[in-house]
Amino acid sequence: MNATAPALPLRARLLAAAERRLPALTRLKQSEALPIALHRHRIYVLPTRFGLMFSAVLAVMLLGALNYNNNPALLLTCLLGAASYQSVFQAFRMLNGLELRALKAQPCHAGDALRIGLSFHAAGRARQSLRASIDAADVVFDLPANGDERIDVDLPAPTRGWLRPGRIRLHCEYPFGLFRVWSWLNPDFIALIYPRLEATAAPLPLAHDAASEVPVRRSGDEFGMLRDYHPSDPRRAIAWKASARHDSLLVKEFEQRRGREVVLDWDATAKLPYEARISRLARWVHDCDAARQSYLLRLPERSIGPGHGPDHREACLRALALLPGAAT
Amino acid sequence: MSAQTAALTPAQFALTAASVFAAVLPHLLRLPPLFVVLVLGLLAGRIVQRAAGGARIPGLLKLPLVLLIPVLVVLHYGNVFGREPGSALACAMLALKLVETETRRDARAAIAFSCFVLMSALLFNSGMVFTLLLCAALALFLATLRELELRPAAARSVAALRRRVTAGLGAGALSLLAAIPLTLCVFLFLPRLGSPLWGAPTDTAIGHSGLGDTMDPGSLQELLIDDSPAFRVSFDGAVPERSKLYWRGPVLTRFDGMTWTRASLAGEARRGAATVEQAADVVGYEVTLEPSDRRWLLALDVPLAAPDDATRGADMTLVAAKPVDQLQRYRASSALTYRLGAQAGDRERERNLSLPPGFDPRTRALAAQWRRDVGSDDGVIRAALDLFHNEFTYSLAAPELGRNSVDDFLFETRKGFCQHFASSFTFLMRAAGIPARVVTGYQGGYFNKLGNYLVVRQSDAHAWSEVWLAGRGWVRVDPTGAVSPQRVESGARAAAGATAAWYQADWLLSMRNQFDLVNRAWNNLVVQFSLLRQQSLLTPFGIAKAEYYDLVWALIGTSTLLLAVYSWWVLRRTRKPGDALDAAYSSLCRKLEATGTPRAASEGPMAFSERLRRSGSPIATLDELLLRYAGLRYARAVPDAAAVREFAGAVRALRLPRRFAKIYKKSVAAQR
Repeated sequence: MNATAPALPLRARLLAAAERRLPALTRLKQSEALPIALHRHRIYVLPTRFGLMFSAVLAVMLLGALNYNNNPALLLTCLLGAASYQSVFQAFRMLNGLELRALKAQPCHAGDALRIGLSFHAAGRARQSLRASIDAADVVFDLPANGDERIDVDLPAPTRGWLRPGRIRLHCEYPFGLFRVWSWLNPDFIALIYPRLEATAAPLPLAHDAASEVPVRRSGDEFGMLRDYHPSDPRRAIAWKASARHDSLLVKEFEQRRGREVVLDWDATAKLPYEARISRLARWVHDCDAARQSYLLRLPERSIGPGHGPDHREACLRALALLPGAAT
Repeated sequence: MSAQTAALTPAQFALTAASVFAAVLPHLLRLPPLFVVLVLGLLAGRIVQRAAGGARIPGLLKLPLVLLIPVLVVLHYGNVFGREPGSALACAMLALKLVETETRRDARAAIAFSCFVLMSALLFNSGMVFTLLLCAALALFLATLRELELRPAAARSVAALRRRVTAGLGAGALSLLAAIPLTLCVFLFLPRLGSPLWGAPTDTAIGHSGLGDTMDPGSLQELLIDDSPAFRVSFDGAVPERSKLYWRGPVLTRFDGMTWTRASLAGEARRGAATVEQAADVVGYEVTLEPSDRRWLLALDVPLAAPDDATRGADMTLVAAKPVDQLQRYRASSALTYRLGAQAGDRERERNLSLPPGFDPRTRALAAQWRRDVGSDDGVIRAALDLFHNEFTYSLAAPELGRNSVDDFLFETRKGFCQHFASSFTFLMRAAGIPARVVTGYQGGYFNKLGNYLVVRQSDAHAWSEVWLAGRGWVRVDPTGAVSPQRVESGARAAAGATAAWYQADWLLSMRNQFDLVNRAWNNLVVQFSLLRQQSLLTPFGIAKAEYYDLVWALIGTSTLLLAVYSWWVLRRTRKPGDALDAAYSSLCRKLEATGTPRAASEGPMAFSERLRRSGSPIATLDELLLRYAGLRYARAVPDAAAVREFAGAVRALRLPRRFAKIYKKSVAAQR
């Protein structure tokens, strides 16, 4: 919870206050290393609202049966009561022995959804109707006996920088919805959110000297990769042999560099507001990478590159994401 | 969209509708036609509407229905309280609940309400089969609740759905089975109320069949084809022979030409009991009377005393303090040989001579002629019985009788069953100047050898006569026996011949008579389980009469124990197959250690076996076991459970000779 969200619902505020006051509740707030196995020390149970309503109905049935001194009716009531009460054990068994084995986030830009993949493992028996919630995001899933299941939870990632997902609440009302068992998982996990990409792509700041005006295509360049054919590609670039093995035309892409690296300079964006500058630089990094252009990122205190490829891209975006003002 | 207000899938709705239907079904057999039509109409209409892809029912349509239902109940029953109107209201409201069920929350509320409606059906019928069927319906409810749980997107095919519903029903039934111990413990120890909290059990508008306090031609006809048990009797000693099993019910003394009626209860009570003299052949027995909503307690002719909470009228009928609306158990003793009311006064004799003027002239003339011809009372009785014996036939299909019912029967139709004979015989006797009255009750019964008790069914209902003879008092005369001795020897069914319906075939009835043992056990163990029986539950533990708090402690203690067992089952560690493998391996290492060859902490199984081999281990299997462990442990992520078990068995079977240690030590020394 950070200070930018002042209007928390009452429930969340009460919970936060309770966790401040009661260390026992916060004991499991410290993040833990994977894998996290659920066991009876960290599985909680409470009746649901429907459970309370159902027990009120049971009480009325009990009173009626006792009042009419009707033993078969009492037997039926007891049977229903015992069966519904016992469902608490079944619910507990849904979570007990569950293990969170792996957790992986896809790279993501601010404004997009951060997709977190959770890999659960069920020891022994199959589990039904489990729900994993992180804040408002909620996923329902089943687990086969002794099997693994990977589920994806999409979290909103509004700002660049570090995002620590809230605790994962794993809960379940199976089988009858009378009791809710839940457990908090707080894996040691943090995701880096890249800066938001500027929506309208500004042209790359290509240097305007004549030497680099014409891209030099050196035929001696090493072979890079095969990619799909675009209408603008020259005929001689088509890899005919490779294309014959595919349904579509493929083009031999050679590692071609422009004569000089593109310089993505922080100072070149001085007219824009602070975050917008970061967004523009991020966009340029993205575009250069897409165009397989070698580029140099120059930031106020450091410069990265020149270089190209996924590693370079990641280093640049990371540096941009962690510029002062990032979420921590 | 919140999970609670998510719309129902077709499968969820179908199961909810099935549950609601299962809940109202037991009531439909009993509700007035108006409500049956209303409930079925609402359910069918809703199901059809939903199947046709209909939208939410508008409130404008629901509101009038909500208001209409209580109005209908009040119009029909007069109020909305009590079993009958309450259950009608609940059924209709439940059907209405299905009409408005759109979301998971609605469906859950409908299920909870269904549980209540289902339970209330037991207030009208406590039979064992009925109760068990209703308990089975709970499995459907639990399956519905299960289906209402959130699930990941599931296959929508019919086959997948059927599989899921079957699995749900199975799981529901399993939940119920697992709940049985806890159920029994609560059932046994939950303190019962000594007296009801509200005056509920007084409404008696339920149509139990049983003996009435009037008799007109045809009134017993329905009873005679009703095979439901009327009461069950366990005798202290041997069962008297069948021809003596006359179970005395209401005695009818007034006749208006068509209907025999009983003198008022108050009048009977005022006159006080008649005297029983020379009582012999006394039998003691215990009767368990099915609810009849009437006050008669049946007893063998003639009861010697009234049970608790009952009185014995001057006519020797036992009358309970309040109508029998629940299974009632009482002890009684009767004298099979007796002299009853020999000192009856003139007034009583006169009352039993009165006949309605202007009816049945031919019968009166016949009686007067007998009196002239024969003279003595005995002779008149014999003449009447001879007449019945020679000219009459026993049949349950008796023709209709006109205004002069006795004349019509005696001279025209000459075909009928016990009540016709009793009525006309009594009329004849009175016309001939012999005090006489009609006694209704039951005759015979089926003796269940296995359970050592007698079950008397409604179809054993009977009517006979009593005549008063000077010096002998009231003497029982059964004119039906004169016509058809079979009736007394083997029951109304046998006497009537082949008039029974197919479902009343003899072999079926005999099976039902055998099976009645189970019903009786149910009545004894469950239906009759009362506060008194409960209080004596703890006698084996030294508490003679358990008070409320004793019971509560017993309840808490036993249920805690049970819950501890459940918790143990839930919390017990489930071992992975790998753990079993490690356990077997460490057991193997311990065995080796005991012989003086410990595994070094740094040694893996391969290195260990290598060392053993080099040092000249004489046991080949040892090497093989260690390698097998390595294979099981490291070849696959999860070892095969069967192979692990086999390995563990091999480890257990391994016997290391004591000399193994010596050999080993020697070989180590040699190496040095």
